[in-house]
Amino acid sequence: MNKILSPAVFYRQSTRVLPFLAAGLIIFLGYGLVGGLFFAPIDYQQKEAVRLMYIHVPCAVLSLSIYTIIGVMSAIYLIWSVKIADIIAQASAPLGASLTALALISGSLWGKPMWGTWWVWDARLTSELILLFLYCGYIGLRSAITDARIAASAAAILAIVGLIDIPIIHYSVEWWQTLHQGASIFKFAKPSIAPAMLYPLVSMLLGFYFLYALILCLNARAELLWRERNASWVTKLILGSGVNG
Amino acid sequence: MREVNSIPMMVLKRDLCIYMRHKGEVLTVPLFFVIIVSLFPVAFGPLPSELNWLIPGIIWIAALLASLLAQEHSIRTDYHLGIFEQLLLSDYPLSFILFIKTFANWLVTGLPLVIITPLLALSFAIPSQTIIVLTGSLLLGTPLLSLIATLGVALTLTLPRGGLLLSVLILPLYMPVLVLGTAASILATQGLNSSGPLALLAALTLAAILLVPLALSTLLKVSVT
Repeated sequence: MNKILSPAVFYRQSTRVLPFLAAGLIIFLGYGLVGGLFFAPIDYQQKEAVRLMYIHVPCAVLSLSIYTIIGVMSAIYLIWSVKIADIIAQASAPLGASLTALALISGSLWGKPMWGTWWVWDARLTSELILLFLYCGYIGLRSAITDARIAASAAAILAIVGLIDIPIIHYSVEWWQTLHQGASIFKFAKPSIAPAMLYPLVSMLLGFYFLYALILCLNARAELLWRERNASWVTKLILGSGVNG
Repeated sequence: MREVNSIPMMVLKRDLCIYMRHKGEVLTVPLFFVIIVSLFPVAFGPLPSELNWLIPGIIWIAALLASLLAQEHSIRTDYHLGIFEQLLLSDYPLSFILFIKTFANWLVTGLPLVIITPLLALSFAIPSQTIIVLTGSLLLGTPLLSLIATLGVALTLTLPRGGLLLSVLILPLYMPVLVLGTAASILATQGLNSSGPLALLAALTLAAILLVPLALSTLLKVSVT
């Protein structure tokens, strides 16, 4: 276990994982996009606008899970001082922030024809906006502190404390009476969505996870090379003799 | 030589003594609190009694902002004076001392807000049951605010101007406190049992009392070089 956590081994192993991530991305996002945007049945009330769901829902789901991943990785970094965990947390933050912003924007575009308004200050929208602020705070704190070690610890602690907001954001639609609908997929009962819509949606979800994993992997590798730029394995790698870590 | 057990007491006395010598700065916090609350009637005119259920939310938001202002003095000055180097050299657990310092800060900046709240609430003529629950929720919640805000100061200790970033970092973390505090008051206004949110608030505060000092000492150990 310790071996994979060493930077050189992580770099080499992640090179092998990249093609699989790309393949998963193409398969799931491909099926989801084609199935969702062209073949899935339209909603009897929402007509074609329901197709926004295939973008909006994955963005919103990932915005929460990426923050959770950042929190867990931060805890791993603080407890076991695993550098890779810190790099994963750092590389995830901009992705999570962008997906949160996308979830808000796509939701707003969907809200205009369906609810008749771009924005309402209801619990789900407000809490998702606060999630965006959490990401901004995390990224801001990280970039403001110049000492890399202090920045990593401070950002990690902020991310862990921020986890207390996650249940509120997730359950906001159930705790408050809101315009936003309740959960249709992630609940203990049978999903309240037609299978013809569910399959492309689940496929889009998986596709977004692969997209996240792929970009994360590429960003983390770049960050790793930058941080380890003085290490001998990076020099060897650049000189083309391969890595023997 | 004094006993090791008296160290927390000494830290508490020293901090309170310093706060008492800077009365102006300490009194700014409750003053700020009252000013924010009084700005709402200025903006909206006297609120009709049907809108009385808004008052607990206004008071809670004022408390959040006031607690943000209050933390500037808590550990930043000590950090720049090099107090923490000394405390780190002693083998007394830094986390407990930091808890005592946060407690001292809460005594002079958080507790006054709890005491003023019933008076402020009375001036808005809200039902006595709501006033009791609101004051109780502030009593349970303000220690949590102080702990989170001190954590925010610790996060930005090494920055020359931490205050700017501090509000962006801290206010989103206040969200659960605000949600639970206002939920309790609104339930009380509707004549319902408000013990649920109050119990959750108490649980959060207890968890924070246990965990935040540990996070604070981790941060200070990294920041003090």
